[in-house]
Amino acid sequence: MLAPDTTLLLALAVPLAGAALIALAGRAPDLREAITGVTTLALLGSVLTLLPVVSGGARPAVTLLTLLPGLQVAFKLEPLGMLFALIASGLWVVNSLYSVGYMRGNNEAHQTRFYACFALSLAATMGIAFAGNLFTLYIFYELLTLVTYPLVIHHGTGPARRGGNVYLGLLMGTSIVFLLPALVFIWHVAGTTDFTVGGILAGKLGHAELAGLLALCMFGIGKAALMPFHRWLPAAMVAPTPVSALLHAVAVVKAGVFSVVKVIVYIFGVDNLAASGIGGAADWLVVVAGFTIVAASVVALYSDNLKRRLAYSTVSQLAYIVMTTALLVPLSLIGAVLHIAAHAVGKITLFFAAGAIYTAAHKTEVSELDGIGRRMPWTMGAFAIATLSMIGLPPAVGFVSKWYMLSGAMAAQHWLAVAVIVVSTLLNAGYFLPIVYRAFFVAPRDAPHDPAHGEAPLPMVLALGATSAATVLLFFLPDVPLALARQTIAP
Amino acid sequence: MNLAPHLPALQVVVPLLAAPLTVLLRRRSVAFAVALAASWVALAIAVALWLRVAEGGTISYAIGNWPAPWGIEYRVDALSAFVLVLVTGIAALVLPYSRASIEAEVPPQKHYLFYTMFALCLAGLLGITITGDAFNTFVFLEISSLSIYVLIALGRDRRALLAAYQYLIMGTIGATFIVIGIGLLYLMTGTLNLADMGRRLAAVQGTRPVLAALAFLTVGLSLKLALFPLHQWLPNAYAFAPSAVSAFIAATATKVAVYVLLRFYYSVFGESAVFARLPMQEAMLLLALAGIFVASTVAIFQTDLKRLFAYSSVGQIGYIILGLSFDSTSGLTATIVHLFNHGVTKGAIFLLLGGVALVTGGTSLARIQGLGKRMPLTSFGIVLCGLSLIGIPGTAGFVSKWYLIRAAFEKGQWWLAFLIVASSLLAAAYVWRFVEAAYFREPRKDLTEGAKVPRSMAIPSGLLVATVVYFGLDTSFTVGSAAQAAALLLGGLR
Repeated sequence: MLAPDTTLLLALAVPLAGAALIALAGRAPDLREAITGVTTLALLGSVLTLLPVVSGGARPAVTLLTLLPGLQVAFKLEPLGMLFALIASGLWVVNSLYSVGYMRGNNEAHQTRFYACFALSLAATMGIAFAGNLFTLYIFYELLTLVTYPLVIHHGTGPARRGGNVYLGLLMGTSIVFLLPALVFIWHVAGTTDFTVGGILAGKLGHAELAGLLALCMFGIGKAALMPFHRWLPAAMVAPTPVSALLHAVAVVKAGVFSVVKVIVYIFGVDNLAASGIGGAADWLVVVAGFTIVAASVVALYSDNLKRRLAYSTVSQLAYIVMTTALLVPLSLIGAVLHIAAHAVGKITLFFAAGAIYTAAHKTEVSELDGIGRRMPWTMGAFAIATLSMIGLPPAVGFVSKWYMLSGAMAAQHWLAVAVIVVSTLLNAGYFLPIVYRAFFVAPRDAPHDPAHGEAPLPMVLALGATSAATVLLFFLPDVPLALARQTIAP
Repeated sequence: MNLAPHLPALQVVVPLLAAPLTVLLRRRSVAFAVALAASWVALAIAVALWLRVAEGGTISYAIGNWPAPWGIEYRVDALSAFVLVLVTGIAALVLPYSRASIEAEVPPQKHYLFYTMFALCLAGLLGITITGDAFNTFVFLEISSLSIYVLIALGRDRRALLAAYQYLIMGTIGATFIVIGIGLLYLMTGTLNLADMGRRLAAVQGTRPVLAALAFLTVGLSLKLALFPLHQWLPNAYAFAPSAVSAFIAATATKVAVYVLLRFYYSVFGESAVFARLPMQEAMLLLALAGIFVASTVAIFQTDLKRLFAYSSVGQIGYIILGLSFDSTSGLTATIVHLFNHGVTKGAIFLLLGGVALVTGGTSLARIQGLGKRMPLTSFGIVLCGLSLIGIPGTAGFVSKWYLIRAAFEKGQWWLAFLIVASSLLAAAYVWRFVEAAYFREPRKDLTEGAKVPRSMAIPSGLLVATVVYFGLDTSFTVGSAAQAAALLLGGLR
């Protein structure tokens, strides 16, 4: 049995080694996919062995190197990071299964680059999850942007390039212009950037400075897609669907909201922010995030392209997490952390379904989906379950997280937040239910050129079945994420 | 005979003697060996001096045993030892590189002259750094400048002659200004020893000749260090010089000029005279910012990589001067650390570009399309150095940016911190030009296949790229030395 500290480093090294081996095995596709499979399982295994350690109250920590005084590349695993690592590594296993079906089913080019970059982005994600201070998080955050770029422009066409430019430009731009100065300033004020329970800025800054610094951090973490810096997310939808699924429903966007929660809880300190004068320094954030929730939902309502609709739904769902975190009451924070997990399993299922529809039927628009549920019952069934989770209806895990978020908003007596959650739930139903309705209850149009098709390749159906099962399972057994969420809030 | 006490003199004498020796020996392989040996010995001496300064503090050496202020004093302190390591380190890497590089770019009968001029230039730069005498500084400045003019003129492109001529005119104007400045200081103090001059100036602070001297020196040195808008000579000089020369002067010449500026501002005038009585801080800040933004923007629109990175140099020099304008310990640390970090980064880029020019026959963006496939290691190296120019963590450039931003925060200048990071985006844009051409365009068909970068060029380039990453991760040498030098410059007066 390895020491937890060693396992921590192992979990970082596994995907890196996997990427190297994948690159070497480029000539033999079957071997390459086998390596991907083994790597995903090895990563999940090492993350799982850390779970009892962290649940038991231990905090494995490793310091790699010291750059400047108080500025280290260091890792420290705490409950929130544990949850994020668990989600990302668990869904990577399923996603790899799906990728094999998708990439082969669509005869995609550059598959070796695809799998290698995928493994690299998981390594960067683990670095973010394990980061022991904001500086380390920043490094891996930037790294994640860089290694996912080749995945976004995978097709190499004009639109892919343009999408990639928006992706890289917005993510790198916000992180350099806003987050980097915030990082230096935090170090300048606190002498450290370590993630510490209760924050490191307590009593060191005035109300205005605190609000300004918070704004720098929140807009600097562009991956959380807070408006007006959300455009990279729909732009990145030019990527192949497995990329959209794992990276833009799980790893990249969750790295964003994860960083948001982490910065608010461990850098600013919840009590420190809540105590910062009338209204609180985080009050504006509730408004901005609330606006993002509603506005993105409205855009989703009017998007006919399925992936675009899902992308805007993601923007809106991420803003839920940011808004409820900014409410700064325990219930809402638990809701926010839970929603990281809930949205991940739900949204990956939706993207999987979108990719399956594209692979089997070559359809990308919502208006083309009439009656498709009869031809692809498993896919659309899974889609329907995930839809329930997105809206926040039982028996899907989205209900649990929304319950906490709504109770949190009420506990904070923030009626604007309550109203936003209610309105957006209606909007969610408004843009998701019609898809399910079309698929199952509208007769297929007469399209003579429409070739007959059934379900997508088996690996894809298995993958989306597994994630939709997880949305239901987590509704009945939310113990693990709930326990980790509680530990994050009250260590 | 024990040579150890004479290391300061040997630091300059070794390359200075190597220069005539290469002329006398003439055969290019022998000339190469002599110059190479001289540069490596110089590096060893510089490291030894740095270690001795780190241990025992400033070393003062009287040439010919004539004590200062009558004789010429060589003075090695934390700052000059640091710059000596930079200059000799770059020279020790560029020389082995230059052999194969100039074979492709310079006619064979001129090869021994290249080594002569290189050794002479090295001696000049080291002399400027080590001397504690104002007039000696000027003499070595001329030695290094004259040899650089010749080195640039060796470029195979005929425009190299024009570039060298342009630099000659501008450089001579700069040198004239500097000598006038030094003359005025001598007039007022009656001494040429820098430390002595600093002491005696206290009595005549603020008199008109002293202010005039400050102005002449500032303008003259700004020309030499290519501070915007006195940078006109630089892009052509870097673009048309032989690759090895571009790498060497980009990494060292302007940096040594910055060193002289620091020396005069802090050790001679004293910061109070420079910064308290005159709005020098504002002026420097404005010029630095203008340089950063204008030159970086111009760099984005270049079509040739050598020119692109030459304009980038003008922008990066802006950062160096920006740190100076803060007039604080962190600001000065940023200046000195960036002087080093940018030196190695730009040196590495130009070394790599030399390899690119050798294989593809040029460095225009059109020519290097698809370079990522043809020269994967070289392209990756350029990208790494590009990240250092932007200031991405894990590279040397990040450390400099970090101190610059911190200095801005210390002064409470939020807006300046934002301008610094916003300017990083311009750097990202010009680096992106390379990335796009190298990785997202198909290779040109008409290029000769099979040409490879010789190992003697690849290894020095690789080593220098490794330093760029190394000093981004382990900052004890760079930041340690720079912080010590900054404390020395600021503390010497209080």
